[in-house]
Amino acid sequence: MKALMRFFMRRQNWSLPYFIFMLIFVVLPLVLIFIYAFQDADGNFTFDNFSKFISSPEAANTFVYSIGIAIITTVLCILLGYPAAYILSNRELCRSRVMVVLFILPMWINILVRTLATVALFDFMRLPLGEGALIFGMVYNFLPFMIYPIYNTMQKMDHSYIEAAQDLGANPLKVFTKVMLPLSMPGVMSGVMMVFMPTISTFAIAELLTMNNIKLFGTTIQENINNGMWNYGAALSLIMLVIIFASELFSDSDEERATNEGGII
Amino acid sequence: MGESNFIIELSHISKCYGDKCVLDDVSLFVKKGEFVTILGPSGCGKTTLLKILAGFGTATSGEIKIAGADITDVPPHLRPVNTVFQRYALFPHLNVYDNIAFGLKLKKVKQDEIDARVRKALKMVGMTDYEWRDVNSLSGGQQQRVAIARAIINRPQVLLLDEPLAALDLKMRKDMQMELKDMHKTLGITFVYVTHDQEEALTLSDTIVVMSEGKVQQIGTPTDIYNEPVNSFVADFIGESNILNGEMIRDRVVKFMDREFECVDEGFGENSPVDVVIRPEDVYIMARTDSGMFDGVVQSCIFKGVHYEMTVLTPNGYEIMIQDYNAFEVGQEVSMIVKPSDIHVMRKERICNTFEGKMIDSTHVEILGAQFLCNEVADALEGESVVVEVPFNKVELMDNKEDGQQVGDVRFILYKGDHYHLTVRTADGENIYVDTTDVWDDGDIVGIKIQADDIVIKRKQ
Amino acid sequence: MKRFFAQTYLWLLLAMLYAPIVIIAIFSFTEAKVLGNWTGFSTKLYTSLFSGGVHHSLLSAIENTLIIAIVAAALSTLLGSVAAIGIHNLRGHKKIVMNTLNNIPMLNPDIITGISLFLLFVSLGITQGYATVILAHVAFCTPYVVLCIIPRLQQMNPDIYEAALDLGATPFQAMRKVIIPEIKPGMISGFILAFTLSIDDFAVTIFTIGTGGLETLSTYIYADARKGGLTPELRPLSTIIFATVLLLLIIINVRSQRAAKKKEALVK
Repeated sequence: MKALMRFFMRRQNWSLPYFIFMLIFVVLPLVLIFIYAFQDADGNFTFDNFSKFISSPEAANTFVYSIGIAIITTVLCILLGYPAAYILSNRELCRSRVMVVLFILPMWINILVRTLATVALFDFMRLPLGEGALIFGMVYNFLPFMIYPIYNTMQKMDHSYIEAAQDLGANPLKVFTKVMLPLSMPGVMSGVMMVFMPTISTFAIAELLTMNNIKLFGTTIQENINNGMWNYGAALSLIMLVIIFASELFSDSDEERATNEGGII
Repeated sequence: MGESNFIIELSHISKCYGDKCVLDDVSLFVKKGEFVTILGPSGCGKTTLLKILAGFGTATSGEIKIAGADITDVPPHLRPVNTVFQRYALFPHLNVYDNIAFGLKLKKVKQDEIDARVRKALKMVGMTDYEWRDVNSLSGGQQQRVAIARAIINRPQVLLLDEPLAALDLKMRKDMQMELKDMHKTLGITFVYVTHDQEEALTLSDTIVVMSEGKVQQIGTPTDIYNEPVNSFVADFIGESNILNGEMIRDRVVKFMDREFECVDEGFGENSPVDVVIRPEDVYIMARTDSGMFDGVVQSCIFKGVHYEMTVLTPNGYEIMIQDYNAFEVGQEVSMIVKPSDIHVMRKERICNTFEGKMIDSTHVEILGAQFLCNEVADALEGESVVVEVPFNKVELMDNKEDGQQVGDVRFILYKGDHYHLTVRTADGENIYVDTTDVWDDGDIVGIKIQADDIVIKRKQ
Repeated sequence: MKRFFAQTYLWLLLAMLYAPIVIIAIFSFTEAKVLGNWTGFSTKLYTSLFSGGVHHSLLSAIENTLIIAIVAAALSTLLGSVAAIGIHNLRGHKKIVMNTLNNIPMLNPDIITGISLFLLFVSLGITQGYATVILAHVAFCTPYVVLCIIPRLQQMNPDIYEAALDLGATPFQAMRKVIIPEIKPGMISGFILAFTLSIDDFAVTIFTIGTGGLETLSTYIYADARKGGLTPELRPLSTIIFATVLLLLIIINVRSQRAAKKKEALVK
């Protein structure tokens, strides 16, 4: 007891309970995905789950299609979100902070409620549900997640860089392409992560937006787990993890942390 | 065991992280009621020493006694010392009153006594009627006063002050210095004061402890330290000085700037290398005359408020700094005189870099955590321990750290009249000393290069 | 002129972002079963949402959601605060390890977190229900709590803990009287963040809620929407949720802005 007291006298040891918790509820579960992915239903080691994925055209097609949708969504979000973030962070173009809050606000509403609202909008406008609705719904759902990190980076950008560029003779276009754009890239990167990752992994949204006509990879994983095909589901999850890990390598995690740490509220 | 008259006894304190020692065998004894200042550049270990005294850090080895009681393993909240922190460390969620009363409340002192003592403490620091103010609304000086009140109200046996005035502006600092000195007199408790400001140390202290690189360099009264620095570090750190390489020809005769001077020092032996220190105010400067001891031409002349500060270049290439009430124009030919008693001679700490090294093969040696090419050592064994010597002026420093065999950063610069003597800390934490005429800045990252011919290897047998 | 275009662009985007929500809000004030039909103004959906009876399962889903969110947020805040203090005082590679661990749940997609925890619970043979959902929520909320508190600790004068010890406080007293008051704002925003994350969550919940008939709002909406028809009472509910979130965000923003102003005033 006394030894325990002395142990927790040192403040760095306070991280120990959390460390143990994380091991059990974060690390161990991820290891389990890995283990299940390489096992058959009887617990024997196998690569069957992966060969099944490669040989079944349906799953592989869904996979490719999901990546395609995720890329389209991400690109649309950049195209729509970057100008918005630029305007929001520019004091001459947008003076009020309320605007920023208005853009962030939808992030705080349940994603299903938002999706249902999109369905309602399409119903209301008598538009058919399907691929169009899916892409609109995705962009609608994830646009704030693109705007916020870019805005955050631009907001923190030292205004004197721009003044220095002007001082050195850059015209507005050059100021934008040579200074603003490169300096805001970390924000775009973390925006891409915040949009690409959820779009590739969603499952319920696609179902609701297309009346279950179009299947995304997330839906496939969920169906397999729900139908008791844990090992195959785990293998598919592992494939998704690899994709996400690869895209994370692509963006710089340090920069991402910098924008995350600012806090959303 | 006799009753000791020291209130603080620090014996053989060392603090090491692995191989690196922040404090290296420091011993310090402080008399009751003394005002002791620990003085040194940043990173010299003075704050670590204070933290060990306060109990926030533990020493790797050594013993601490306060008022005769061994407190080496006593946690900070049970030690009879209180600290005034550099950045005040006032509790931002408490007002002035609650900050000052913090210690007394923990001790469950009666409310009316707390009231009285807080009022008295506030009066002492000249902050009467500030009880209910939010500490965040106070100026830096006011916050520091509250921090002092918060410490002295607990009637500690020793008050520790960690650069308490460093964050204040110059004028405020001067005022606070006087107040601290008065407070010390009135309270009668022992003050241990840490600072890097030599002027502050000279003004305030009864005793100064000069530290560098984790070691105590000199302990003495302000006058002693100023007039009789024990080595070139202390001489350079305390006040301004000209430090030159010299040679003790025999007792009372020292040679520097290519000329022999009469001095008052004895016992260095004959023809031994020494450092010579001359304070700029001790050089008498006059228009060119034949009765001067040496001549020169004025290079610059700056008015410093009370005196003029001039640099004079001698014909044989030495720059001497001189302070005088009379100004001499730039370019004017002048003559100088130094009294023998103003020439301070100090034994050199080192005349050559000496490293512990290891042979990699017969033409490569490992020193400073890197490989260096050396002249062939016949039948050297792989891994054999050797002593390696490198003259100061044979170490090359490169702008690009990639160009050197090892990387280091410039830690300490000493101007020796015609060249700089640099202390460079290498990446593996050792010091290498370099003589150069190139100008480097404190903190510069440099590449270190040594030619094979300049590496002298001495085998141990 | 430039400003005009910029403003127009922003408002168009906002119109797109808010159109669905506004439509839901408008049609929450009519009785029609199918969304899009306006059968006159009525607050019947609101009254029937709260009268219970027919929609008992919706009400109990709301109740479950709130209970889970409060318990999970409280546990996350407790665990996260202790962890943040620990991590803040770590040095070197241990700190890097902890920070990396802390980042994993935030970088993981929800579905992976959900499935991995599902596999954990089934391999340990734990019956899924309240406890598993709460544990799962604590697992993905705590990192955000830690991130809310660490900046407070970094801003804090590092000497004040030692100052408290110096003045005679035991480590426990120093924590209670000095550190906790300092990180309280971080703990509060961490709690609010964890609470909203928990209420919002669907992907993790659906994998950890089990088959015992426990429903949260998200799983209820999902099940309902899959059946094809949307319970009309979901419209007033969504409107209320939206209004509540709006209100919460306004409060938080006003608070943080006031704090920022106060800080600014102090700097002067």
